Amino acid sequence: MTISTAPVSAAVKAPAAEVAAKGNRLWSWLFLLAGALYFLVPLGATFYWSLRAEKGRLGVEAYRRLFADANFLPTFSESIVNAIIAIFLSLLIIVPTAYWVTLRLQGLRPAVEFITLLPFVIPAVVLVFGLIRMYSRPPLLLTATYGSSRILLVCAYAALSFPYMFRSVDNGLRAMDVRALTEAAQSLGASWGTILRKVIFPNLRVALLSGALLTFAIVIGELTIALFMAQHTFGPYMANLTRSKVYEPSAMAIVAFALTWAAMGMIAYVTREGKRR
Amino acid sequence: MGGAKRPPRSQFGRWVGVLPFFVFSGLFLIGPTLILAYRSFEGSEGGLTLDNYRQLASEAVLRSYGMSIRISLTTALVGGLVGFLMAWAVSMGGLPRPFRSALTTFSGVASNFAGVPLAAAFIFTLGRVGVVTALFELLGVDLYGTGFSLYSFWGLSVVYLYFQIPLMVLVILPALDGLKRDWREAAENLGATSGQYWRHVALPVLLPSILGTMILLFGNSFGAHATAYALTGGLLPLATLLIGQQISGDVLHNPGLGYAVAMGMVIIMALSILFYSVLQRRSERWLG
Amino acid sequence: MNSGFLSLEGVRKEFKGVLAVDTFDLEVAPGEFVSFLGPSGCGKTTTLRMVAGFEHPSSGTIRLAGKDVTFAKPNERNIGMVFQSYALFPNMTVADNIGFGLRVRKEPAAAREARVAELLDLIHLPAKGKSYPYELSGGQQQRVALARALAIRPQLLLLDEPLSALDAKIRVELRSEIRRIQRELGITTVYVTHDQEEALSLSDRIVVMSAGQMEQVGTPFEIYNYPKTSFVASFVGTLNQLRCTVTDAGSGDVAFDSQIIRVGSPIQFAKGTRVLMMLRPEELHLGERGGENRLSGTVDSVTFLGGVVRVRVGLGDSNLTLDILNERTLRLPTVGEQQTLSFPPHACWVMAEN
Repeated sequence: MTISTAPVSAAVKAPAAEVAAKGNRLWSWLFLLAGALYFLVPLGATFYWSLRAEKGRLGVEAYRRLFADANFLPTFSESIVNAIIAIFLSLLIIVPTAYWVTLRLQGLRPAVEFITLLPFVIPAVVLVFGLIRMYSRPPLLLTATYGSSRILLVCAYAALSFPYMFRSVDNGLRAMDVRALTEAAQSLGASWGTILRKVIFPNLRVALLSGALLTFAIVIGELTIALFMAQHTFGPYMANLTRSKVYEPSAMAIVAFALTWAAMGMIAYVTREGKRR
Repeated sequence: MGGAKRPPRSQFGRWVGVLPFFVFSGLFLIGPTLILAYRSFEGSEGGLTLDNYRQLASEAVLRSYGMSIRISLTTALVGGLVGFLMAWAVSMGGLPRPFRSALTTFSGVASNFAGVPLAAAFIFTLGRVGVVTALFELLGVDLYGTGFSLYSFWGLSVVYLYFQIPLMVLVILPALDGLKRDWREAAENLGATSGQYWRHVALPVLLPSILGTMILLFGNSFGAHATAYALTGGLLPLATLLIGQQISGDVLHNPGLGYAVAMGMVIIMALSILFYSVLQRRSERWLG
Repeated sequence: MNSGFLSLEGVRKEFKGVLAVDTFDLEVAPGEFVSFLGPSGCGKTTTLRMVAGFEHPSSGTIRLAGKDVTFAKPNERNIGMVFQSYALFPNMTVADNIGFGLRVRKEPAAAREARVAELLDLIHLPAKGKSYPYELSGGQQQRVALARALAIRPQLLLLDEPLSALDAKIRVELRSEIRRIQRELGITTVYVTHDQEEALSLSDRIVVMSAGQMEQVGTPFEIYNYPKTSFVASFVGTLNQLRCTVTDAGSGDVAFDSQIIRVGSPIQFAKGTRVLMMLRPEELHLGERGGENRLSGTVDSVTFLGGVVRVRVGLGDSNLTLDILNERTLRLPTVGEQQTLSFPPHACWVMAEN
């Protein structure tokens, strides 16, 4: 068993494996660039238009007109309020449900998950169709006044947020090993209420924020349901703007895009911070 | 997983936690759908009938459904292919790491950008006085002269891809991650070239996922309303726009038919979600 | 001149400034079974992957049957590889998996089927051809992976910790299966593992590695009984170490506390050097024996391991572990009793204290 004692250094030529990878990389750059072109050009075009409201020079006139528009703030704030109420409603319903289904009523999980899939099976336009037909006659009369229609709208939004909220909370419960924590709290003498308040909710903060932000993004610009319920929210306002004005819609689109980007960015930030704990 | 059996008097307490969920869903999801379903079987003289469903074959309905199906098929196939290639590029294509998170973040934003802002953005890009239309004119091409219009089948498809491609990217990336490096090395070790590896191993393993997601894309496009409404205001015959028109005023001159159209859409969506779930489960068995 | 079937000459691998493998030189004879043994991160898998072609050495040459394959593509080396995770293609049946390499080589279907049947017999799974990987147990999957690697009649077989993912009992069974098949086919094999029992029981020779360095190359007997470095001595098997001082280098005497211990051969350290006396547990006996070294202490613990009884005896600040073969009429020592231990001079050896 002799061991060769004279190491022979080979000249390091470009290995065959690396050359093959380079060919792949070329295609990757190509696909990415083509995709980037398709996605960024409309944004760029819209942004360019939004700066051309003043004749002859580039300026933020379109944005000024947009924010000064009499209907901008009222509809926007109405949408925000709708979103916040819908989020709270959704949280109040989903968190206990997810908790119970995970811990005590495992058999109900398929039924619950099926129901949370329903918003994907029932398109918004069909849902609003059904809602109007269901609630336009006594005893379930909710479409008569603006206020009661608004309640219906917010409830519909909460229901539409169920898939995202449930998945978010479910993942959060799984990540915190809710069964072990609950049993530990119980063995220390805590009541259900205390457990929910002091153990569950605090550890779910990240999941709740993600779900809330996602719901917010969906509700803010929602058009279909608000339109058919004659609600003065941001979605219908934007649709009107597109038909009536020339430059403001471009500013509106940029603002909407920035808002969505902010919401997604916050979700990413919150999730990252949550992982660090 | 079972815990110890709790004493009977706590039975009610158990259900309290989930009752609101079922009541709420019943009131605002299941109830409305059931109402539509029931009414879709109502004949014009009262009583139950399948007539409305038979009338789905009428011209107006077929035209809208046909257009919706064509657009959904197109955007599912094209969006699926482009989304797959882009996801491949950032996960296995050798691009620097930051590009992947950039694409994922942007996909999250773009898939939520649908609706009025998206329609507006494309009007400014490919509308009659849009930037790209003007660019084409500079190059001597009269875009609208060739018959293209943003407010047509091809125009709408191009717009829909803006949220279809990101959806494909987001769903297929985890599947691509599931392709174990070992498989590729084992294949190479046994003498396979890159092409043979893709043909015999990678693509077959990915097929359920790719197919399932394309079906998901189909459903996503089929049920889309806001973008089409904002773009065309009802000019284009589309299933969702038809239902919308039926809500505001009985354009079909037959309420029962309107409900059948709505239920037809629900059935198509349900089938697409079903096939997607089945294929997803198969793919998880291999890649999970 | 190179006589080895597989030879690695001066192979080095650097990753971003970290030296993963340093100057690896090895000649493997045809039909030989060589193990790379070491803890995680010692470079054994990296070296194996360089032989397979999935990594390229930063410097050095790899030769297979005389041909330089250092930079050859992995799919051109005709080497069979078995992965820790089995890496069976989930979309193919067992038979298709095994026949994959042959299909790629465009072998006609009839020949392919015959070869697949032959291999299914070899691994004792003749009825499983139409099953899918997920229907098989871990041990069965690994056997299929082995068959798949052997189907292409490779010149060299590489195994990367193939048994680590399996249950203990399956591991032992499969271990002897692998050795049986290897002997039957006479195929040159390189086996990577961190389990010393595997390495000792399977190999013709073992390469012990640590932190990218080759610590020692030798037969299992040599590695266990004549370790060249303190790492090899402590990594393989259980080791007793006593701090001693050299009293007489020529005759090989060291002092532990005040007692003199005779080591079998002359010591290369100067008188007065602090050294470690090393000794395997099975070389010690309870009680006095003529002509042997003697130490006394108190029994700390007695562990009945079945075939072996492990006794730990405290000697002041240190302790010694000794293994006694079990007998039905054995009188187990009791904790706390005084005992004398003896061992022959040639059983122990001396190494520098780091």
